[in-house]
Amino acid sequence: MPILELRRITRCFGPLKAADDVSLSIEAGEFFTLLGPSGCGKTTLLRMIAGFDEPDAGELLLDGRPLSGIPPEKRPVHTVFQSYALFPHMSVAQNVAFPLRMAGKPEAEIRRLLAETLELVHLSDKARHFPHELSGGQKQRVALARGLINKPRLLLLDEPLGALDAKLREQMERELVALQREVGITFVFVTHSQQEALALSQRIAVMNEGRVEQVGSPEQIYRIPRNRFVADFIGTINLLPVEVLAATHGRLHLRVAGLGEIIAVPPGESALPVAGEHGHFALRPEQLRVSTHGEVRELHNHFSGTLRDTLYRGDVTVYKVELDNGVMLEALLTNSAPLRAKSFAPGDAVTVGWRHDSGVFLHD
Amino acid sequence: MTRPRRDPTRWLVSLPPTLFLLAFFLAPALLMVLASFRHPGEFGGLAPLLVDGKPQLTLETYRFFFGDWIYAEVFLRSFIVAALTTLFCLLLAYPLALTIARSSARRRDLLVLLVILPFASNFLIRVYAWIILLGPPHLLYTTFAVIAGMVYVHLPFMILPLYTNLEKHDPTLLEAAQDLGADAWTRFWRITFPLSLPGIWAGTALVFIPVLGMFAIPELLGGTGDILIGNLIKEQFLDNRDWPLGSTLSLLLTVAVLALAGLSVWAGRARRGGI
Repeated sequence: MPILELRRITRCFGPLKAADDVSLSIEAGEFFTLLGPSGCGKTTLLRMIAGFDEPDAGELLLDGRPLSGIPPEKRPVHTVFQSYALFPHMSVAQNVAFPLRMAGKPEAEIRRLLAETLELVHLSDKARHFPHELSGGQKQRVALARGLINKPRLLLLDEPLGALDAKLREQMERELVALQREVGITFVFVTHSQQEALALSQRIAVMNEGRVEQVGSPEQIYRIPRNRFVADFIGTINLLPVEVLAATHGRLHLRVAGLGEIIAVPPGESALPVAGEHGHFALRPEQLRVSTHGEVRELHNHFSGTLRDTLYRGDVTVYKVELDNGVMLEALLTNSAPLRAKSFAPGDAVTVGWRHDSGVFLHD
Repeated sequence: MTRPRRDPTRWLVSLPPTLFLLAFFLAPALLMVLASFRHPGEFGGLAPLLVDGKPQLTLETYRFFFGDWIYAEVFLRSFIVAALTTLFCLLLAYPLALTIARSSARRRDLLVLLVILPFASNFLIRVYAWIILLGPPHLLYTTFAVIAGMVYVHLPFMILPLYTNLEKHDPTLLEAAQDLGADAWTRFWRITFPLSLPGIWAGTALVFIPVLGMFAIPELLGGTGDILIGNLIKEQFLDNRDWPLGSTLSLLLTVAVLALAGLSVWAGRARRGGI
């Protein structure tokens, strides 16, 4: 049985649909992420799970029991707020012990759990400090400790890393994953950052305009986006307008408008389109190969074009290639390979190619 | 770390108010201290400070004050009236300030305006209105009338600092408390109330201290037994023309208020810490 089930949840604010027939089920112990641009409804979902908002239609089930009508203070669900919401007049210890006090735990147990939890988030030496004396990362850990100490069934995290700088965020990402594994509590994480979602989650639900567009593992979401929104939102993607010529034996024959034919072997789990269908063929920049010498011509899928722009990023270089039909492609090449970098200059005639098993066909 | 640069404009800007306070606050205060040790003049005012080159100073007024219980009694009564006024102001102002702070931005401005509106009419006229109100139910010239008048006049001074404080509270804190298991009552006492303490202290100071010096309201609304320190001081200066005694009473009032303020700061510090 899933720990949390959302059944056909709808929530409207005036004409705006913040949640539009959303169904999800989250398994116990999972690190589940709601990912989407701001205003996609992910925070509304989180607030409904926490109890600060009720759906207009649909049902939320926690451990199989409906949550409707249960106020936030009675739900075994805790939230880590984006702003941390630490109580400024309480010390770290008082903040972290707050949920235990509310639950009326005996003093001895409070002391034991407090020591244990502060240890877990490496804040034992800060127990007597006040929130304004802490750094951003430390505040974050206090908020986590406070959310976890009373062992909620679910911990909801609302963009908790948003306020941290890039370096600290990466460190906190690692800590968060390690912490979740250690405590085994189900995390429901909300973010608009696809990198965070990919790095942290076991499963991701990509949301847009109140709807869930796709649910899957980070790899599934990245490699096999189900539609153009997901493909666009997660990372960079190249889209070639195509028409399906034939779909047989797990192979797709596609015609790229103005260029020619390509062959694609779509990933097993996706349904094959039918001949005559129009759509887009989506390729990740790192799936493309670029050369001036024609080595990529061994690949069946290749087209010639002109290098328009290069962007050196240290570890990688981004190349913008204009194909002969005018479509722009972005290719990403690591700078370790000896033949790259200086051998290309804008204006060069190049060949772009990719393997059969790269890329996916997206319906329009 | 960079050291903050010494900025001469800062001194220039703060110089006029500093001079003003030195000339019109500190100097008179010191003159009052001196006056409390001097002899009263034959026809009011003060007797000459130097006679034949010798300073004429005395502890007479202090002996007078500490020699008669009546003064201590008036002091005590004044502090009780001030404390009650402050308490009632707090009890009335808190829900009001909270309501204003939690209403929509547009309503908020209107409500604050309504709180300040009574200042638009003259203070004495408003107190006379209370005479008319309290007359028929035979409540005039009672301690109740004094406290009611005091509360009425000072209520805005409690509402405004409280509102200013409560309006700044982050609503997410209450959501966090609720999320972590706190019911409405607990949320108020654990979060809203402790965070509003600075507002309560500001309002308390703004009500308690002026009430101690207030003489018009006891005079207009109170009976003969409702004389407060304010009346006593005013009497010394305007009626008895005993400036030294008046100065002594003012000085002792100031000392008492400062002692009380110091005590509350000390008590506030001692209460911090713990889990």
